[in-house]
Amino acid sequence: MPLQPVKFYQTGTFTVGNRLLAPEERSVQANMERTNSLNSGHRACQGCGEALGARYAIDAAMTATKGQLVAVNATGCLEVFSTPYPETSWQIPWIHSLFGNTAAVATGIAAAIKVKHAKGQGKDVRVVAQGGDGGTTDIGFGCLSGMFERNDDVLYICYDNGGYMNTGVQRSSATPPAARTATTMPLGPEPGNPFGQGKFMPALAMAHEIPYVATATVADLRDLEYKVKKAMSFRGARYIQIHVPCPLGWGAASKDTILLSRLAKESGTFPVFEAEYGELTSSSKIRRLVPVEEYLKPQKRFAHLFGKTPAVETIARLQALADRNIRRYKLLDKEAN
Amino acid sequence: MDKPFAITLDPGSSLANHTGSWRTERPVYVDRLPPCNNQCPAGEDIQGWLFHAESGNYEKAWQHLTKDNPFPAIMGRVCYHSCESVCNRAKIDSAVGINSVERFLGDEAIKRQWKFSQAATDTGKHVLIVGAGPSGMSAAYHLRRFGHRVTVYDAGPFMGGMMRFGIPKYRLPRDILDAEMQRVVDLGVEVKLNSKVDNILETMKSGKFDAAFLAVGAHIGKRAFIPAGAVSKIIDAVSVLRSMENEEKPMLGRRVVVYGGGNTAIDVARTAKRMGAEPIIVYRRNREKAPAHDFEIEEAMQEGVMIKWLSTIKEAGDANITIEKMELDDTGFPQPTGEFETLEADSVVLALGQDVDLGLLDDVPGLVVTDGVVTVDSNMMTGHAGIFAGGDMVPADRNITIAVGHGKKAARNIDAWLLGTSYVAPPKHEVANFESLNTWYYADAPKTVRPTLDIIRRQSTFEEVQGGLDENNALFEARRCLSCGNCFECDNCYGVCPDNAVIKLGPGNRFKFNLDYCKGCGICVAECPCGAITMEPENI
Repeated sequence: MPLQPVKFYQTGTFTVGNRLLAPEERSVQANMERTNSLNSGHRACQGCGEALGARYAIDAAMTATKGQLVAVNATGCLEVFSTPYPETSWQIPWIHSLFGNTAAVATGIAAAIKVKHAKGQGKDVRVVAQGGDGGTTDIGFGCLSGMFERNDDVLYICYDNGGYMNTGVQRSSATPPAARTATTMPLGPEPGNPFGQGKFMPALAMAHEIPYVATATVADLRDLEYKVKKAMSFRGARYIQIHVPCPLGWGAASKDTILLSRLAKESGTFPVFEAEYGELTSSSKIRRLVPVEEYLKPQKRFAHLFGKTPAVETIARLQALADRNIRRYKLLDKEAN
Repeated sequence: MDKPFAITLDPGSSLANHTGSWRTERPVYVDRLPPCNNQCPAGEDIQGWLFHAESGNYEKAWQHLTKDNPFPAIMGRVCYHSCESVCNRAKIDSAVGINSVERFLGDEAIKRQWKFSQAATDTGKHVLIVGAGPSGMSAAYHLRRFGHRVTVYDAGPFMGGMMRFGIPKYRLPRDILDAEMQRVVDLGVEVKLNSKVDNILETMKSGKFDAAFLAVGAHIGKRAFIPAGAVSKIIDAVSVLRSMENEEKPMLGRRVVVYGGGNTAIDVARTAKRMGAEPIIVYRRNREKAPAHDFEIEEAMQEGVMIKWLSTIKEAGDANITIEKMELDDTGFPQPTGEFETLEADSVVLALGQDVDLGLLDDVPGLVVTDGVVTVDSNMMTGHAGIFAGGDMVPADRNITIAVGHGKKAARNIDAWLLGTSYVAPPKHEVANFESLNTWYYADAPKTVRPTLDIIRRQSTFEEVQGGLDENNALFEARRCLSCGNCFECDNCYGVCPDNAVIKLGPGNRFKFNLDYCKGCGICVAECPCGAITMEPENI
């Protein structure tokens, strides 16, 4: 099991906290003393999934490293909305350089800290690199692949909202098939991203056979925190991809951010799993299986599939992709890890 | 200030940026009324006491429960728990076993000898209560806690009223009843048994009472005319059940015919079965139309009680009766068919409902009696100022929980009346319906089934049929509560806010919104498991 669920206590471990649990069994986010790495006043849109995912992940990393952490940020929404000169929302040591070099900057910082630490200067500070899917799967891919290949001691976190949202919702190589963006045939008889393109970064990371690869969503906090903490227990290159809905780019209601992540996982569209040294070690099982339509319908980027004549064939292809995830990552197999 | 090249400003925190100004709607914490609380005739705060039971603090749960109802061990056995029929959890798996947890708390209280907190300072007022049944003793308890002196008169030899003389032991063991009655007495309530009040005004005058609450119940069995032979034995159900409490048990014979389809008919038939008889219930309509609760009919049939549906008694002979088959017409009323049948019968027990003995109310000015029951206003006061009434003697459904509720309501109004004010009930919150919940967050947990006595012992002894929960499964059952409409501090709103705009105030103090930064996205509302947050438009 990815996370040992707490035996029945009213809400078990589904909710953020639970007054019936011992304090050490509660989530980082339930703590009144949590870091709040990404503080109030940031300029993210209403209901931003990335802002939520970033606080979840970095707070957990801060807890795991007892506050000895540096974060390196790629250009993107997260950087722009959190740090417009001269303000910042970050309450941790944080650096931004360029769009594409995040993994390389993180590698350099990790190396510098290693040297200093070896000389007896400073503490064993850990490094997290973070960015959106554009900065990760497209522009920063070369640097990231190099960081994996050298097995540099960095945890790279990708907040995946499937597009360049900051600059006006352009397609990235993580945009799902059939999703309409500003650059994927926004008009015409068959708008939306073509099938058969793009890349699934967690699988590419596994192909590098790095120590730890995981996926998570903002709909399952306990699982996300567990994975970040586990990642910090490894040395070497680690990669976590977090599914973060974007109300603006997806055309969804701001209140539905967590619901959409939950539906992505429950439909099999976004597989939630972990892998070590290239091998799948466990997956989060689907609790209440739903057809992909339930995930697609609340999003305007898929609205063209549900017009007067529904695009039955396209929906079936998306369902087939979800079904393949279910098979490939054993999302329904209760016996498997 | 020395600054690096091209830097002109000091670094600042984004806290200077009040994103709350973006908002068009604001989240607001609310307390909605859980459907169970809304349903409870005794006005219990069920979700409230379950909240304490969930953390294993049973004494606090019991204290919270008994603010409204002093008899949880009795209720946990004989209440028809209509709360469970409206429980939102029923739409997920099955209703929370509220009744079984209530019984567990009541039994714990007896076992551990928990006491009510002491009464308020003495007010110097003296209230007369007539009838030591559920309604009278409930009123006595509440009035005593308000600080009034209370004296209860009862015509019978024991406290309990219909709980003792109407409910068989196999449903309510007498040591449980005695313990919960005695606890009220221990609060400083004076009870005078074997003291029938013949004239209410005279008793009030001679005892210098400031107010009175009447709760004499309905103890006179209704009769129906049945042509009968000289030696045929026809008795009423209330007499049978009452004489079960005496040394001399009623003589019913082997073949006992019980006439009626209500809970009393079932109680008499099951009692007769335990005394070795072969009871047959004769009822003029069918099972769906019978006023008895279906689970009681089921339990009776399991124990071997026979039931003749759609039948009326035409004639009673010395050792047999003649019944006529009926059929329901289009409006659901039974019509005779002209088909007859003869049944062996050593006795016929009439369970056709009960009337109220209103003898004590002769010549009370202003008091109105309609259809054999006393008219009361919305404050439970009769037409005569200072005389209140409740329970089976006023127009309402007749059961113990309703009677207990009447006692509480009357006590609040008597208290206000004595102080020269009037009681105004606080406004009811909006009911927390199923749609307001986010059920994803509740762990899957099927209902705990209470143990049932094996069938052989149910047919031959008066041992309690339904067992109780133990501490482990009572805790489990309490934790199945969804806490509908009331914050149970799951921290979801505190966690899911992308803007860190929810302030956690610490255990027991819930949360508040930081409206300087709340952008009004509504995620907290969508992800609140129990529907305790709502969105309200901003005035822009």
